[in-house]
Amino acid sequence: MAIAKKVPEMLSKQISFCPGCGHGVVVRLIAECVEELKMEKNVIFNVGVGCYSLATPSIEADKFDTLHGRASAVATGFKRCNPDTLVISYQGDGDAYSIGIGESFSAAYRNENITVITVNNTNYGMTGGQMSATTMPGQKTTTSPLGRDCNTTGMPIKFPEMVAATFPNAAYVARGAVTTPKYVNQLKKYIMNALKAQMNNEGYSLIEVLSPCPTNWGMTPLQALGRVNKELVDYYPLGEFKTRKVK
Amino acid sequence: MKKVLIREERCKQCGICVDACPKNAISYSSEINSNGYQPVVIDDDLCNGCGICYTMCPDWVFEILGDRG
Ligand SMILES: Cc1ncc(C[n+]2csc(CCOP(=O)(O)OP(=O)(O)O)c2C)c(N)n1
Ligand code: SF4
Ligand code: SF4
Ligand code: SF4
Repeated sequence: MAIAKKVPEMLSKQISFCPGCGHGVVVRLIAECVEELKMEKNVIFNVGVGCYSLATPSIEADKFDTLHGRASAVATGFKRCNPDTLVISYQGDGDAYSIGIGESFSAAYRNENITVITVNNTNYGMTGGQMSATTMPGQKTTTSPLGRDCNTTGMPIKFPEMVAATFPNAAYVARGAVTTPKYVNQLKKYIMNALKAQMNNEGYSLIEVLSPCPTNWGMTPLQALGRVNKELVDYYPLGEFKTRKVK
Repeated sequence: MKKVLIREERCKQCGICVDACPKNAISYSSEINSNGYQPVVIDDDLCNGCGICYTMCPDWVFEILGDRG
């Protein structure tokens, strides 16, 4: 018996990402969880700056485009003033880990009761594929044309592992991907756990998502999925780094 | 019998669902949508309604009918 599946009502407009971009799957999964939790009327999509800023016109729910990098700080303000509202901070690796690493780290450190979802596509997609803190060793980008040299630029950052290891109070930390049906279904469970943790006032929750950027990787959509599945999941392991204490 | 609805206008012909469909039921139409892509079509005889295309599509093209199919 087939199970009915329908894109959430709040996503009734077409989205304008490139063909094969992973952001569309992440936005849909978040909207599915919000709908299943019946929080459509009491949620705020707090969005950083990156290609995902293109998603806000397609999301029919409360939403706010923050300054680049400051999304976790803005989410903090929303949550502290509206503790009953579900606050989702949607960011990219450039937003959360480069320009915004201070705000990201500080929100985790203060154990803010927000859910941060960071889409890691190993570059700054929106501005033409510059190197980010998560660009892989040797990866060619517009600002690392010879390949990322980790001797001079450091090793790619693993923020979920840092948070899980450093902040014992954090409620929930996981990393998922959108590149196989199994990963997508797992990721939805992670997002659901994080949102439930927030609704139960358990503290900070963080999910990183490995996601393809075929345009800036110079790949077809299928090649880009393959890169995530072959190369990225080795360096950025998938799974839960911190599970909820309350179930 | 139709098990899946398609919103042709949204399809960007990325090929992800075509590759993921376990029944090889998805191909491209010869029509061109307003964005210039040839949207997907499903062979209802091959499709089993599993929903993997819905799961993988980044552009919110599919609806799986389930019991309503
Ligand atoms: C203060 C500020 N600095 C720089 C920019 C230019 N800028 C826009 S998006 C972006 C990077 C986005 O990268 P990421 O968060 O990884 O998102 P992606 O586009 O890859 O999804 C930059 C540097 C900006 N908008 N504002
Ligand atoms: S540039 Fe990359 S991240 Fe941005 S919409 Fe295109 S594929 Fe997605
Ligand atoms: S529902 Fe399953 S079998 Fe039918 S087209 Fe989609 S992926 Fe293929
Ligand atoms: S995954 Fe979606 S956008 Fe891509 S070809 Fe299939 S229906 Fe079209």
